[in-house]
Amino acid sequence: MARFWSIYFMSWAALAVALCLAAPSLGWWFPDTGEAMSSIGRRIDGLFYIILWITSIVFVGTQIALGYVLWKGAVKPAHEKATYSHGNHTLEVIWTVIPGIVLLFIAIYQMDVWAAFRMRNYAPGEIEAIAEVTARQFEWRIRYPAPGKPLMPMPQPDDVYTVNDLRIPVGRPVSISLRSGDVQHSFFVPVLRIKQDALPGTVIPVWFDALQPGSYDLVCAELCGWGHYKMKARVLATSEELFQKWKQEAVLLQADDGIVSTNPQENSAGDQAQTSNP
Amino acid sequence: MSATITPPAVSIPPGDEMHAVHHQPGWIRRYIFSTDHKVIGIQFLFTTLLMLMVGGALALGVRWQLAWPWERMPILGDMLFRTDGGQITPEAYTMLFTMHATVMIFLVVIPILAGAFGNFLIPLQIGAEDMAFPTLNMLSYWFMWPAIGCFMLSFAYDGGPAAGWTIYPVLAVLPQAAPGSGFAQTLWLFGLTFVGFSSMFGSINYMTTIINMRAPGMTLFRMPMTIWGMFITAILQAFALPVLTAAGFMMLADRMLGTTFFIPGGLVVNNAPATVGGGQPLMWQHLFWFYSHPAVYIMLLPAMGMVSDMLACMSRKPLFGYKPMIFSMATIAGLGFIVWGHHMFTSGMNPIVGMTFMVSTILIALPSAIKTFNWIGTMWGGKLQFNTVLLNCAAFVSMFITGGLSGIFMAAVPVDVYIHDTYFIVAHFHYILFGSTLFGIFAAIHFWFPKMFGRMMSDRLGQIHFFITFAAFNCTFFPMHLLGIGGMPRRYADPYHFPYLEHLLPLNQFMTYAAIVMGFAQFILLFNFGWSIFFGKKCGRNPWNSNGLEWQAPSPPPHGNFDVQPVVYHGPYEYSSPVSGENDFLPQTEYMPRRPDQSQGH
Repeated sequence: MARFWSIYFMSWAALAVALCLAAPSLGWWFPDTGEAMSSIGRRIDGLFYIILWITSIVFVGTQIALGYVLWKGAVKPAHEKATYSHGNHTLEVIWTVIPGIVLLFIAIYQMDVWAAFRMRNYAPGEIEAIAEVTARQFEWRIRYPAPGKPLMPMPQPDDVYTVNDLRIPVGRPVSISLRSGDVQHSFFVPVLRIKQDALPGTVIPVWFDALQPGSYDLVCAELCGWGHYKMKARVLATSEELFQKWKQEAVLLQADDGIVSTNPQENSAGDQAQTSNP
Repeated sequence: MSATITPPAVSIPPGDEMHAVHHQPGWIRRYIFSTDHKVIGIQFLFTTLLMLMVGGALALGVRWQLAWPWERMPILGDMLFRTDGGQITPEAYTMLFTMHATVMIFLVVIPILAGAFGNFLIPLQIGAEDMAFPTLNMLSYWFMWPAIGCFMLSFAYDGGPAAGWTIYPVLAVLPQAAPGSGFAQTLWLFGLTFVGFSSMFGSINYMTTIINMRAPGMTLFRMPMTIWGMFITAILQAFALPVLTAAGFMMLADRMLGTTFFIPGGLVVNNAPATVGGGQPLMWQHLFWFYSHPAVYIMLLPAMGMVSDMLACMSRKPLFGYKPMIFSMATIAGLGFIVWGHHMFTSGMNPIVGMTFMVSTILIALPSAIKTFNWIGTMWGGKLQFNTVLLNCAAFVSMFITGGLSGIFMAAVPVDVYIHDTYFIVAHFHYILFGSTLFGIFAAIHFWFPKMFGRMMSDRLGQIHFFITFAAFNCTFFPMHLLGIGGMPRRYADPYHFPYLEHLLPLNQFMTYAAIVMGFAQFILLFNFGWSIFFGKKCGRNPWNSNGLEWQAPSPPPHGNFDVQPVVYHGPYEYSSPVSGENDFLPQTEYMPRRPDQSQGH
């Protein structure tokens, strides 16, 4: 029975490793293609895989060590006494220093990823916010400035609104002003590997980029009430021209009162706003 | 002053029985409002085991919804959610996971470690006749009941609190923010305050007892690791808990007195008039995690200590690296106070501060690694007794490795940005709290049961329980890592609402089957526990041939514990010592001139 138990312990670890190896091909891995679609996402994934390698090696090593000592204990002859040892100073030093070095490596190596994306580049103000995203129970309200105008902190008469549909241009860093209208939410786009809590009372600038055009799920990652699971939205990344074209059309559509006017001035309200208010 | 507290420096001659000086109180004073630490410990144990089943049932409700969303839940669903057709509504779902966490953390894990085992073991293991403040000790148990009352009563108000156990403002502060944020949340906060009192009474008592009431010869570095674990935990509680209590009162003031510590102005919640105020919700997170991160160690360190003792005994081998074990435990506790920010990497806290918390969090992995290696070192070359105790202890080590390693991912700030609030986190803390702590508790129940009741638990049933629980545990929680990597957020009543999560349904169903098996396996433990109290094999004072002082007392120990004042001559880990002759153990009360492997005597 003792041998059975030491095999039992080793087999769970073996199954865990096997499951992790099989997971990507079974689809139980990063969402969609498995590849991050933003530049910070690619760096995050790189870091994830480095940590995965290190922890896997440690996991396998320690589980084998555990299985080995259990097995040795299981096959020990009945008359033999246990080794009398209160410890070993050299071993203690070794298994303090080596994990220390590995942990120090992990700590220092990741600093650059974080610093590059959250401290050095694109500090608030360096790039203009393309939209204000307000999370509320249980939807995302998005406010864009009219074409050619900067985003103002307070709503403007010619702003464009969408709900649960954030449009961004592809291939360049974009910034949004994230805020909450009621309780705490969290702006989470899994494929872009971006997550930022929307904090009531605070406007938080969030920047990210999308490397390829596509529609990416935007979900809420902070408990916000009974409908937390319902905050389903998308981030639609399109080319710069399509994005600008959409915004032009959206302005027109929003100003459209359904009546075909004979007054040419009213028909092109969007263009008018663009030229008269530089 | 100290003369009245410190035990006498000389041992009392045999025959002068200490418990003779205690008058026998009546039945109620002996079993209900008892001041005897052993009775209080056993009361805590019964209560927490009951609550373990309640918390487990709530968890199965959560699992049901994740496997078969919006389907009628058999039996329980018809009883609890009759008005909704036996279906779990989203409101009920948020209540389920909120109360699952609340019950498991505040009514199971913390009280079973500190309350049940701390109470039972501290005086016995240090050779004292009782705690320093027996009445305070009794109060620490009886303050649990108002807490349980508040938590249970809160279900009656709009289905119960539903803002998560972390009760982040503004959701938990404004009654209109969620159905459960009304009076139920106020009751929840009162419950939290009561468990806080209970913990604080215990903490003061444990510190005083351990410092002042050790038996002659029981120096600090002769104390068993269990006592070190309890001692460090008591210190953690004493320093961290006041912050949570204060924060809880601030939230109560926000809710009841019209203050705005956590409420910013201008919020329109659920079409209510806009809020007035200038508070900062982030402050709650800082205050809450300043307690609740150390609380993670409050939920782990005593189990680490107990497992160290049990592993040494079941390996018939001295604990490997006794002092490194103590120092790493103290380091974990110390660092535990400066890592709370790692729960807040995406909260809107300054990114530069995130870097600081990242470094301290990575550092805390080091003492954890040292402890793991020392446990494996303890078993290495040992004469392992493959019984329920050893199996659960080995599971503790194995699960602690897994949970510890997945913690490295979270400590890395950029990676945490992705996996924060996904199922990866859920997997991680269940590996620590269930995989480590609870398997440690299972081992401790089997190990100290003979001392509590004078009878043995069935080892065969214990092994069956372990076999099922260990397999089912891993089937339930290991795939959660994959769900998290797949981007499945926590606390979703219906993740399959999102196309990118649809393919995870079969995996979730498999996990729920495993969870149900695991839940039912706990009845084996309960049966074994209950049956053995009355019909277990009777045992003597020292059924495990263990060295600790508690095994020198009768089983079960009478009021006052020891026949004679024990005198301690060495540490508790002299197993298989060359000087112990035919036995492979040497109780702490037996004289040993010097440790055989040390050239100079200490």
